[in-house]
Amino acid sequence: MSTIVLVLAVLALGAFYLGRNRATALASGTTGGLRGLHSLPGHYGLYTALLCFLPAILLLFVWTLVEPSVITSKVISDLPAETQELGKDRLGLVVNDIRNAVDGNVAPGSLSPEVEAAAAQYQSLRNTSARLRTVFAVALALGGLAFGWRMINPDMRARNRVEGMVTAFLIACSMVAILTTLGIVLSVLFESIRFFQRVPATEFLFGTQWSPQTAIRADQVGSSGAFGAIPLFVGTMLIALIAMCVAAPIGLMSAIYLSEYAPRKVRAFAKPLLEILAGIPTVVYGFFAALTVAPAIRGWGESVGLSVASESALAAGLVMGIMIIPFVSSLSDDVINAVPQAMRDGAYGLGATKSETVKNVIIPAALPGIVGGLLLAVSRAIGETMIVVMAAGLAANLTWNPLEAVTTVTVQIVTLLTGDQEFDSAKTLAAFALGLVLFVVTLVLNVIALHVVRKYREQYE
Amino acid sequence: MNRPDAGKAPIEEVNAPIRESAEDALSARSADIPEKTVGNITHADPVMVCRGVDVFYGDKQAIFGVDLDVGRHQVISMIGPSGCGKSTFLRCLNRMNDTIDIARVNGNIELDGKNIYASDVDVVPLRARVGMVFQKPNPFPKSIYENVAYGPRIHGLAKDKVELEEIVHTSLEKAGLLGEVKDRMDQPGTGLSGGQQQRLCIARAIAVSPEIILMDEPCSALDPIATAKIEDLIDELKQNYTIAIVTHSMQQAARVSQRTAYFHLGYLVEVDETDKIFTNPSHKLTEDYITGRFG
Ligand SMILES: Nc1ncnc2c1ncn2[C@@H]1O[C@H](COP(=O)(O)OP(=O)(O)OP(=O)(O)O)[C@@H](O)[C@H]1O
Ligand SMILES: [Mg+2]
Repeated sequence: MSTIVLVLAVLALGAFYLGRNRATALASGTTGGLRGLHSLPGHYGLYTALLCFLPAILLLFVWTLVEPSVITSKVISDLPAETQELGKDRLGLVVNDIRNAVDGNVAPGSLSPEVEAAAAQYQSLRNTSARLRTVFAVALALGGLAFGWRMINPDMRARNRVEGMVTAFLIACSMVAILTTLGIVLSVLFESIRFFQRVPATEFLFGTQWSPQTAIRADQVGSSGAFGAIPLFVGTMLIALIAMCVAAPIGLMSAIYLSEYAPRKVRAFAKPLLEILAGIPTVVYGFFAALTVAPAIRGWGESVGLSVASESALAAGLVMGIMIIPFVSSLSDDVINAVPQAMRDGAYGLGATKSETVKNVIIPAALPGIVGGLLLAVSRAIGETMIVVMAAGLAANLTWNPLEAVTTVTVQIVTLLTGDQEFDSAKTLAAFALGLVLFVVTLVLNVIALHVVRKYREQYE
Repeated sequence: MNRPDAGKAPIEEVNAPIRESAEDALSARSADIPEKTVGNITHADPVMVCRGVDVFYGDKQAIFGVDLDVGRHQVISMIGPSGCGKSTFLRCLNRMNDTIDIARVNGNIELDGKNIYASDVDVVPLRARVGMVFQKPNPFPKSIYENVAYGPRIHGLAKDKVELEEIVHTSLEKAGLLGEVKDRMDQPGTGLSGGQQQRLCIARAIAVSPEIILMDEPCSALDPIATAKIEDLIDELKQNYTIAIVTHSMQQAARVSQRTAYFHLGYLVEVDETDKIFTNPSHKLTEDYITGRFG
């Protein structure tokens, strides 16, 4: 695979020189010399090289994507009839065996002869495919080269064509990201729809009972399960609220200190320090919350006679708040710095003190941006998983009491999808529905926040 | 005070041909700067008396030993080529330079006999007495009313709402803006036109009843009509206020001011009655500048 890419690259390089030389040669035949060419010789070279390289590499890419499924379906169709009638799931297992056999991941002799035969066939098909792929790719590259070379004439607008090809290539690259996102969203959406066919959306969105203990496997006995997600939403909001109560004031105050009060030396050292907080992996915060903060809160609660669950919303919320402080402070800092110096001068010129200036001029001027930053922070708090998994607990209590254990949407997604399960049970599908809700909420928050922040930026341009 | 080569200006230089570029002229003529400011730095009834003012930005000196009196209830204009330190000097007069970390001021600046750089002076009341209007109109992102009410509020100048309203109205009146905004006082100040915004900033400065108003190129962002309005306003304000104005427009300086100070490369070269400066300047540098040979 890598050899063929190398070969293509060499071909492309050759195509570049061929194209360029041909352009130069043609140019010397015209009256104007090099000026008689529409574009620079290098553009003709590039044009030929791209024609040689791009289609071939594209072919390789598509081939590699399609190859396994084509080979698999061919192998399956050649399996004995009784194996083919096994049903989707069992057949999948057989195919898995075959693939493992091909990759040498199984002990020899542990497979049925039938699988061994299929594996051999698979392997030979794969070899053929690789050979064909090389032949086609090189042929395509040479074809492109020849075509490009023939197309070269002094009037051809090579520069524009190269620009066009480059643009197309860049668009293709950005499409990959966009399409992937779209794919994820659609898959979440479709699985959610399947979930809502079993559990009505109203029950999911407004029900107050959450116990997704449907039978995990079809043959197992178990309760039918309840999918009212309100306790999860409340738990999520409660924890996000606690987190914001910590992060918003502390983050904002430290941003104000750093941007308005701190001497340059302090700022140069405190700002990166604060940003390091953002680099701590969330799992570290998670066990900090579970092992240090939660017991501390529990101990403190007991000493004043309160009953505190060992996994409390408060512990998770506090630690999550600390986690998003740098997020809030660095966004607010940006926004505060964007307030024009003229605004400060105006206030100082009237004899306002520093704190009056901050309170009456800078904060109001920066407020939309700060609000935008806070909304982004909220959406982070809602989507955060690790801390709550470790510190908030699994009990779906419907409560606003921060001293009790609550659970959140993200925690439930994790618990629904870990362990053995059938892929299309209501329990598993519920995770997609929760994911959809999470996605929609954070999307809306982000859109609003970005809109607010952008609007704010425009105000000062 | 040491000025290298000062006073040793070769006489031939005076009749030297006009330089190709202003920058050339600036660097080459630094030797022409007089040992002592030409003209008359004193005033019979000064509000502010500046003696030996040096300003440094870090290690770089921007103002060199400026001596200047600011006369009561008149307009003094400060002119000079770009970068000569007009804004820097102006900002010394109400200690706005304090807001720049690296700026350092030496020398004596007295307001009614009291050095404003003395250690016991509080900048808050000082800036209430010496207000400032900036080059670019900078209304706060608040309503028109709140913009003007802000100063009186923070200085506690009004006992109650009624009094505050009165201050706001008279200030807008004096700034010649009341007629244009009186039925939209609660709309944002940033929604006004540039000229209106600048008059709003003047009203905001007036509202704290300063004795002196510093203006740093207040008209440079405005069109001729708005400029004319502000100039009329300055003319009226000098009845009750002392005004120090930095300007790049010679005509403006001639129209609005009674005294004019010419700055050059951080030195105060010449200061005198405006009429004298514009009709019969004593120093070659001043003459070159006002006749438009450079700057
Ligand atoms: N904040 C600052 N930090 C460092 N140097 C400064 C600062 N402000 C001004 N200077 C320097 O001080 C000198 C005088 O600047 P100043 O702004 O006072 O000039 P000016 O006469 O007002 O010019 P202009 O007419 O262009 O406004 C310049 O050389 C400038 O580079
Ligand atoms: Mg200036």
